[in-house]
Amino acid sequence: MVSTYFKELFDRANQGLLPYLIVTAHIFAGTFLVYTQPRSNLAFLVLITSFLSLYFFRTSIRFKLVAGAVLALVIIPIVGVRNIFYLEVIFQISVFAALALGLNIVVGFAGLLDLGYVAFYAVGAYLWAFFGSQQFYVLHYAPGTQPSDLPFLLPGDAFYMFIVVGIIIAGITGIILGLPVLRLRGDYLAIVTLGFGEVIRVLANNLDKPLNFTNGPQGITPIQRPTMPDFAVDWFNTVFRGVVGHDVSPANLYNLMFYVYALIVIIIIIFVTRRLNDSKIGRAWTAVREDETAAIAQGIPLVRMKLTAFAVGASFAGAMGVLLAASRTFISPESFSFMQSIGVLSMVILGGAGSIPGVILGAATVTILNLQVLQGFSLYLNELRQSNAVIPIINFAWKDLSTQLDPAKYQRLLFGLILILMMIFRPAGLIPASRRKRELDRKEPK
Amino acid sequence: MALLEIANITKTFGGLKAISDVTFSLDKGRIVSIIGPNGAGKTTFFNTLTGIYKPDSGTIKFNGKSMVGLRPDQIAASGISRTFQNIRLFPDMSVIENILVGMHIHLKQSALQTLLRLPSFKKEEDEAEKKAAELMEYVGLKRVENELAKNLPYGAQRRLEIARALAADPMLLLLDEPAAGMNPQETEDVTRLFRDIRSDLGITILLIEHDMRVVMNISEDICVMDYGVKIAQGPPSEIRNNTRVIEAYLGRGAVAGQHEEKM
Repeated sequence: MVSTYFKELFDRANQGLLPYLIVTAHIFAGTFLVYTQPRSNLAFLVLITSFLSLYFFRTSIRFKLVAGAVLALVIIPIVGVRNIFYLEVIFQISVFAALALGLNIVVGFAGLLDLGYVAFYAVGAYLWAFFGSQQFYVLHYAPGTQPSDLPFLLPGDAFYMFIVVGIIIAGITGIILGLPVLRLRGDYLAIVTLGFGEVIRVLANNLDKPLNFTNGPQGITPIQRPTMPDFAVDWFNTVFRGVVGHDVSPANLYNLMFYVYALIVIIIIIFVTRRLNDSKIGRAWTAVREDETAAIAQGIPLVRMKLTAFAVGASFAGAMGVLLAASRTFISPESFSFMQSIGVLSMVILGGAGSIPGVILGAATVTILNLQVLQGFSLYLNELRQSNAVIPIINFAWKDLSTQLDPAKYQRLLFGLILILMMIFRPAGLIPASRRKRELDRKEPK
Repeated sequence: MALLEIANITKTFGGLKAISDVTFSLDKGRIVSIIGPNGAGKTTFFNTLTGIYKPDSGTIKFNGKSMVGLRPDQIAASGISRTFQNIRLFPDMSVIENILVGMHIHLKQSALQTLLRLPSFKKEEDEAEKKAAELMEYVGLKRVENELAKNLPYGAQRRLEIARALAADPMLLLLDEPAAGMNPQETEDVTRLFRDIRSDLGITILLIEHDMRVVMNISEDICVMDYGVKIAQGPPSEIRNNTRVIEAYLGRGAVAGQHEEKM
């Protein structure tokens, strides 16, 4: 069997110092490739998969933490400012990983299928978009008619406070949605949450009258960012000018800053998720997922546990929404379509519902497929179209290929394929969830 | 004073009277069985008692408090634990986690204590884990704490369900056909276990059972139901010779005849 062969190979690679060597070599190889070929998608994949070997190979926790920190906080920022597209990919992975972790609480732990999850993301985003822009003074103007010299309502640094406010407001929204739908199970719940997701998007689209809260389909812009002190820019450039090769503009450094913020949010989310999961609350969620009737017979209040799951999941999305609004400086209803909800759901299912490393891997895989593989393929086809190349034997000239064939637009096909293939081959996900193993100290039988 | 007092409860599903005007009381520290042909309303009786169904009329008093209108989780929290006719474990949770879920109502940890991993949280979790290990041992589950519940053999799953019910420290334990599908040896073992639970832990037991060896062997009192009506109640020796009971079983033809032989 191929799988047993790989398992043996993996076991052999896990002896002594070998795993440390392999992981270090992987990180160095990735860094070197990306550094020398800043435009290559393949090189970037080598670098990003070093997180995987860091996760899978058996090394000490301390090594994993240090290597992970070096990767995330030194190597990726440096290669990121050298090619800002990489940073964008990484940032999107982080945002979606946070969303997937939030949805994982609702779908993976509590087993409540939520097809409108992106609504909470929208709540967070519009929250900061409204308070962090001129929108407050635009309330009485129809979209596009406002004067251009309106002041901002709050200073950009209120962003930090609004991360917390976003968490709270999204959590409350989760409870408000949860209350009426608690009686529903499975498919019915999915349909209602789907409806809720659409309601929020339609609201965002239409709340430009009678009072202009959301600026309608045009979206809100500019949204403020927290200020970046000059000394941070100077400091970064003095330290890293040598390796980066040029001075980094404040604009690019902003991207870096939001990447770091997203990373911080994710680490907090992982922390919270792990601790909740291994407690009375997490066990109650899983019990509700496994068997509602049996759970309630153990004295678990169904309503309260489901509400908690909705609120916690929603609050993660709320925090990321605020972050997204600030980093993009522009928000429109388009960013919160049903496809986004499905995308996040497919990340959870691909990675493994209920598994923290799984859903992060799911988020990374789907984002990379979307942003790099599909787009890379599109670019390649375009190049072929412009060349004089011909497919031999069938004598088909590439330039006759329809321009309709654009893989970058095949996101839905991709999600569908992922979901179908996973259901057939790995229904529990890429990294399936596992239960914690407990060591019981007991008297040994004589 | 009786631990459980049920007066004139009725439960109908559409036109069907699943339970009709049943009055029943149960003293503390007793082991009592409910028997009756299939469809007699025994499980509906349990489900009404535990709050899954609301009775149309009648009163249920447990430990002096009315249970009518409470949610199932509130009823469980007041001290009634149960097992199910078709085993309902949490299949993808480990054995010990199943038992820990059973302790849910006794764990005091707040969200803040959980997130900060305060010493009080760790202490409570450690104690709960220890107690769960003891319960595993008590019901006879050895070295399976990290197995998933779904991977246990059938008999062990039944035991685990009992351990989970005991984890809540109940005053009253409701067992719905606990010996179903067990071989004679296993049946004898669980019968002994039920006796121990009563005498060691002082828990009152009410069970539904079809296996007359278990029923006659263990019960101090038997309540017989037929078509939703309680037709008899009394000690085993009396029930054995009660003409209405024999009629209820015999009147149902050949299948009931087998039950009669067992008696």
